[in-house]
Amino acid sequence: MSDSNDAPKGFQPWIEQNIWGLVIALAIVLSVGGIVEIVPLFYLKSTEEANRFPEIVWNRDNPGSQPIVTVSADGSPQWNWKPGDGVRPYTALELAGRDIYQREGCYLCHSQQVRPFRDERERYGHYSLASESMFDHPFQWGSKRTGPDMARVGGKYSDEWHRQHLHNPRSVVPESVMPSYPWLQERTVKAKQIQRHMRGLRTIGVPYNDADIEAAPALLDGKTEMDAVIAYLQVLGTMAKLEPGVDYRQ
Amino acid sequence: MEATADRLAEQKYSFDVVRWFTIMAVVYLVVGAAVGVYIASELAWPFLNFDTPYISFGRLRPVHTNAVIFAFGGCTLMATAFYTVQRTCGVKLWSEKLAWFTFWGWNAVIVLAVVTLPLGLTQSKEYAELEWPIDILIAAVWLAFTFNFIMTIAIRKTSHIYVSNWFFLGMMIMIVYLHVVNSLSIPVGLFKSYSLFSGVQDAMIQWWWGHNAVGFYLTAGFLGIMYYFVPKQANRPVYSYRLSVIHFWALMFGYVWLGAHHLQYTALPDWTGSLGAAVSLAMIIPSWGGAVNGMMTLSGAWDKLRTDYVLRFLIIALAFYAMSTFEGPVMSLKTVNALSHYTDWTIGHVHSGALGWVAGISIGAIYHLMTRLWHTEMWSESLVNVHFWTATIGTVIYVVAMWVSGIMQGLMWRAYDEYGTLAYTFVESVAAMHPYYAMRAVGGGIFLLGAIIMLFNILMTVRKSAVQGSLRDARGTLTPAAA
Repeated sequence: MSDSNDAPKGFQPWIEQNIWGLVIALAIVLSVGGIVEIVPLFYLKSTEEANRFPEIVWNRDNPGSQPIVTVSADGSPQWNWKPGDGVRPYTALELAGRDIYQREGCYLCHSQQVRPFRDERERYGHYSLASESMFDHPFQWGSKRTGPDMARVGGKYSDEWHRQHLHNPRSVVPESVMPSYPWLQERTVKAKQIQRHMRGLRTIGVPYNDADIEAAPALLDGKTEMDAVIAYLQVLGTMAKLEPGVDYRQ
Repeated sequence: MEATADRLAEQKYSFDVVRWFTIMAVVYLVVGAAVGVYIASELAWPFLNFDTPYISFGRLRPVHTNAVIFAFGGCTLMATAFYTVQRTCGVKLWSEKLAWFTFWGWNAVIVLAVVTLPLGLTQSKEYAELEWPIDILIAAVWLAFTFNFIMTIAIRKTSHIYVSNWFFLGMMIMIVYLHVVNSLSIPVGLFKSYSLFSGVQDAMIQWWWGHNAVGFYLTAGFLGIMYYFVPKQANRPVYSYRLSVIHFWALMFGYVWLGAHHLQYTALPDWTGSLGAAVSLAMIIPSWGGAVNGMMTLSGAWDKLRTDYVLRFLIIALAFYAMSTFEGPVMSLKTVNALSHYTDWTIGHVHSGALGWVAGISIGAIYHLMTRLWHTEMWSESLVNVHFWTATIGTVIYVVAMWVSGIMQGLMWRAYDEYGTLAYTFVESVAAMHPYYAMRAVGGGIFLLGAIIMLFNILMTVRKSAVQGSLRDARGTLTPAAA
């Protein structure tokens, strides 16, 4: 490789002749950065704003049995939660919509993370908080805005606008380059599958109770994938009520 | 002399599996680039989505990234790692069976990816989209690859482990960490799972993976390729041993920290993002250490670039490497990132690295391998030159288009008019991108054309070798060439 008087003495020549030493040294050196940057995020209290502002997260009156939403005898939804009450797990219909949002790769063109800049506040709303995505497995912050940010899209457009836009974006926004999603209208969501998904999420820490899971078949009855995606989009950014002028990030 | 050495090598080492990986790498380069050109065109002309789920942008984009990173990049890494480890250690692969398992397993992963991603089966974590059963298969194949590589070094005949092997090894170990941790999830069906992590922790783990897929898979691994093929093709020793030692350890330690710079100004705590940015800036030094070491290997022999087209690929790749490893740290600075993040600038940066550096060094190495593994000259040298120019021009057009569109997007989003209100609606920025998206598709198309020429040229070379019987001769047997 090179003449010997150029070569350093000591550790390097030794490790160059010892494969197991090299494997172990690399295994150690390669682990440091990840440990320092990732592990503290799980225990530092300052990571989740909810530790300082508990009102960001919804507290059920009766965590064991009170569902987020059920369907009453006349078919109308009965909410125990209202927008601004705080961050909560997605309802069965919203979760079905989120599954479809993931399936169609929406996150590849739409971020869900508003940065603390004047222009983003005016365009999208309050900057995003970590605790707002605490139940998002996986996170959907995205990395690219080929289309606009979705973090606070909830309530900005009517359900009917979304329906038409998803069906054919250029019918409402002529310059749009988004694909059309006509198939969402033709498929229905399956309650058994979504209940399985809710149970899976519960095992990894999303606080669903039995009543939430039992409510799924009634909530999803006759709903199309389009209905589900719209329910998901309409809840984005509406859960926590963030006060202007409060410094949520330290 | 070289021909005799290659003939001896043919009889001594396991090259069949290397040959198969080499050919498949070029096939996947064409496939991956073709899907890339198609989705680029979808963004310019959205009717190309044809209202069909399986080819809509959101489902095809992961097919493109997986095809170029894991199919093309993976096959290139496996071909070159198996080839160079044997030649630098002076021994046959520790296990030929395990090497074939790696070949078939990896190709099975690729086929499964091409089937499941258009069906919308995804974990929706960028560059780690494949669902959990495929993740398990990836882990098994990757460990087989890594173990075989380590054991081949363990039984080597040489005393020192050559520098290219350090880089390959670092890459393999890091990918084990990244793949295992980032893929941890709870299965809720055969093809549906949710990440074990959520929100901010999931974001940090994803970009720890995401940036190191670039930093290790696409950088350290390809530096391993550089350290073998540049000196070989130039027929000169590596410029500085000392530099290679320093930049190796600095790269191994430092690159791991960079992921956090993908999350500047997000809800990730400021300390993590700033730490990521600070280390990113420092990484210019080891990155340029590698680029300088590669380029200076040519010192005193620059005239070879006039006649040696393969060397041209290797050296232009190093130039792109130097450029994108300067651009990356600049983009990680908070003030620059505020503008560049979420825009096409990122896409331009990635492609100057991916098309210029990764594909460039791979293509150079593959042309080198073709002559050594089939024991004949390329079917057409002038087509190699045509490929060089199409690849370079295509890359430059692509990258320039994305720079302009990215910076323009960033400026339009933050522009204010004289009344203090936002000057542009979002969709005005979308409309302004159209010419650049079209230009990007053209640049990508030119790059794709070069890749097709390459595939044609290497297949003709294999045919030529079969007609000449050069591989049979080199093997010293009369069995028909299985290539």
